[in-house]
Amino acid sequence: MNEHQQTLWEFMRQQSDKLAEQTLQHIGLTFISLFIAVLIGLPLGIFISRRKQFSAGILGVAGVLQTIPSIALLGFMIPVLGIGPKPAITALLLYALLPIIRNTYTGITGVDAAIKEAAVAMGMSKWQVLFKVELPLAMPVIFAGIRTATVITVGVATLASYIAAGGLGEFIFGGISLNNTNMILAGAIPAALLAILFDFLLSRLQKLDSRKLKLAAFSLPVILILLSSFYLIPATYATKLKAGFTPEFMGRQDGNLGLQSKYGLHINTVVISDAVMYKAAYEKQLDVISGYSTDGRLKAYGLVVLNDDKKIFPPYYAAPIVREDALVKYPELENTLNLLAGKINDSVMTALNYRTDYLHQTPERVAKDFLIDHKLFKPARNGNAGVIRIGSKIFGEQYILANMYSMLIKGYTDYDVSTKTGLGGTKICFDALTNNQIDFYPEYTGTGLLAILQPQVKVVDSLTPNRDATYQYVKDQFDKKYQVKWLKPIGFNNAYALMMRAKQAEKLNIKTISNLKRYLESK
Amino acid sequence: MIKVQHLSKHFGSVKAVDDISFEVQEHENLILLGTSGCGKTTTLKMINRLIEADGGKIFINNKNVTEQLPEALRLGIGYVLQNNGLFPHYTVAENIAVVPQLLKWDKKKIEKRTTELLEKLHLSADYLKAYPNELSGGQQQRIGLARALAADPAVLLMDEPFGALDNVTRSKIHAEFKALDELKRKTIIMVTHDVQEAFELGDRICLMDKGKIIQDGTPAELLFKPQNDFVKEFLKEQRLLLKFKTITVKSLWHLLSNEEIKGLGPGILVNDKDDLWTVLERSTFFNAERLNMMNLENKEMKTVSFESLMSAFYQYQKGDSHE
Ligand SMILES: Nc1ncnc2c1ncn2[C@@H]1O[C@H](COP(=O)(O)OP(=O)(O)O)[C@@H](O)[C@H]1O
Ligand SMILES: [Mg+2]
Repeated sequence: MNEHQQTLWEFMRQQSDKLAEQTLQHIGLTFISLFIAVLIGLPLGIFISRRKQFSAGILGVAGVLQTIPSIALLGFMIPVLGIGPKPAITALLLYALLPIIRNTYTGITGVDAAIKEAAVAMGMSKWQVLFKVELPLAMPVIFAGIRTATVITVGVATLASYIAAGGLGEFIFGGISLNNTNMILAGAIPAALLAILFDFLLSRLQKLDSRKLKLAAFSLPVILILLSSFYLIPATYATKLKAGFTPEFMGRQDGNLGLQSKYGLHINTVVISDAVMYKAAYEKQLDVISGYSTDGRLKAYGLVVLNDDKKIFPPYYAAPIVREDALVKYPELENTLNLLAGKINDSVMTALNYRTDYLHQTPERVAKDFLIDHKLFKPARNGNAGVIRIGSKIFGEQYILANMYSMLIKGYTDYDVSTKTGLGGTKICFDALTNNQIDFYPEYTGTGLLAILQPQVKVVDSLTPNRDATYQYVKDQFDKKYQVKWLKPIGFNNAYALMMRAKQAEKLNIKTISNLKRYLESK
Repeated sequence: MIKVQHLSKHFGSVKAVDDISFEVQEHENLILLGTSGCGKTTTLKMINRLIEADGGKIFINNKNVTEQLPEALRLGIGYVLQNNGLFPHYTVAENIAVVPQLLKWDKKKIEKRTTELLEKLHLSADYLKAYPNELSGGQQQRIGLARALAADPAVLLMDEPFGALDNVTRSKIHAEFKALDELKRKTIIMVTHDVQEAFELGDRICLMDKGKIIQDGTPAELLFKPQNDFVKEFLKEQRLLLKFKTITVKSLWHLLSNEEIKGLGPGILVNDKDDLWTVLERSTFFNAERLNMMNLENKEMKTVSFESLMSAFYQYQKGDSHE
């Protein structure tokens, strides 16, 4: 993709508009959420300091909310709040609640009882005691809570990009999928700096003496609102249909860039995580998404693949890639892995994926059923001639493949297996492989070509339409550059694809990407 | 001024206050005296409704306290706590101004009152901008008193106000307390477990035990007409000292006769309102041989020796008579 090795600084300069926009979105997202969290958390904290019988319950719920994995929380919200800023802000504020409620509660209950009694004895009303005595004295503790919440929120806000809410996560997760370190750093460094900066500023505020603290307490809401206003709803232009693309797809020649240059397709686009994209399409939050052609959710959510009539998506034939020294160390490994070669075509893979993604069967069971059906299954020998470490990326298909390989190795050899499944993206998986953290994982020819090797555009263009040429090219190059061997392809082609809800595609008579373009341009 | 009738309060099975009644006259200083846990604080807090009574009635100026809004009631009652309870986030000036602020006095009036109080309590105006933690214990207690007095309430409740002070500071504050003109206009109920303090500051003392009032009377009554053994026992340790402090020259006047005292030793002037303790202190200090007694009522003078005064004291005790 890049003609020469770009430095981080060059990348940031080149992308400065996007960087500024994402940073402002990030700040805005953080502070809108924080502002609402304070608005909810402070009164709740005060409430439970008055009605102690509710404190355990409310603190418990806020605590549990914080332990829900962020992606899961975002996923829960799509059916209710859709995608975009609303669910992102809601999720962020839920994470920020606990420290604010807890510190308000501890702050207020920690005020010396004699001082509270003095205030009551002077003739203050409940509210006067609260505002003149309890809150000012609890303020340092409450500030500490807001500070914790801020740092948490800055961090979690990177995940907002999963559901099309923008922020620095677009660079971070785009960079991880695209194997682009500069892009990761361009998102991660500003995010870290924001966390440090806000933590520092709030720590200064916390150290002010009580007189100035009064002023600070009044100015805080103003500052929060001001910073919140940075959040511009991710810029979009209106088209008839709305597209959601993964950060990876957004930055790839064989993704959105190709759609724009080769098809001239311009569509209102938001950036969204693969994890929630299909569901969002099903929920009619999105009309066009960038998916994978063997994804089980295709079947589950009633989506169809649009025909890539100009062939911009290169073939993505899956095959295990293995470090060559591992093949030497474990001589039986290669033949065992090749047992699966040519055994799974597109429709079989989609059906297998459907079982895990939609029917929620375990990848282990799906893998075992398949091996038994194809008379490949053998019970484990429980050998101990060495441990083979299998990696996989973080989606169902890879889990299934990893499980099949694991069963094959245990059944056909005396090796034992340890699996490191759920490695975040191509970059994480491939780095784990070259750094001897895993011995092999299933990879796709297109990914090997475009995300890892990144040859010049000419080369890509010449290889793209041809499946065998692509395989041969990556096989040679990986061998040369990384001493990693591509074994025989498994059979299916999990290529990028644009997809739509089947019903809508039929109604609009869209079958190919060119159809889609024509429809968008028609008045 | 303050009437307490059949007041009771229990916490679970503990009868903290058990059916007590007493009255406090206007401008009187009543002391609730007793060992720790006998129910003094609970009694005091029921008067400004920091604790609500289980039974009984309290009237201030013939108005039942439970028929008033608690906040309004408290705004009219000064309250001093043992550990001063000053607001740590307020300056001295702001602390003193709490009640006037709540009463929405204008700024000038508050300022004037604050400076006036500081002066009366012998505190420099430099402290106005200081925070409580920058002051000594004695100074903090004075500010606590100033805060309670700020809006000039008719009634003052004090819960062990000098309990946390060292002895030297405490006797200094006692002296100031007695001299403070503001306090002469107040009806005061003060809680203490310190017998000396009670005798020194109280016009009347309610000696309490286990939630009940054992004896209610003047210091002299407690001392010389103890109602039962408990009272005697309670005062035993400091009996002599208390007697010296309770008996005035006036009470011995009829037992003293004018004497001719030869010698060149110095004499001191004593008036009939001085208590024996004061006379003793002063005569020791001046090494006096002649005590020139002056009856302020009829301007009669008697000169006596120290020995004659002491024998009059023992004679007085034997007769157990007093005014
Ligand atoms: N809030 C309370 N809850 C339970 N018991 C209490 C409470 N306050 C006081 N008591 C009990 O009531 C009794 C009287 O207490 P208090 O009035 O504080 O005594 P004093 O002030 O004379 O030391 C004590 O036995 C004390 O333990
Ligand atoms: Mg007490």
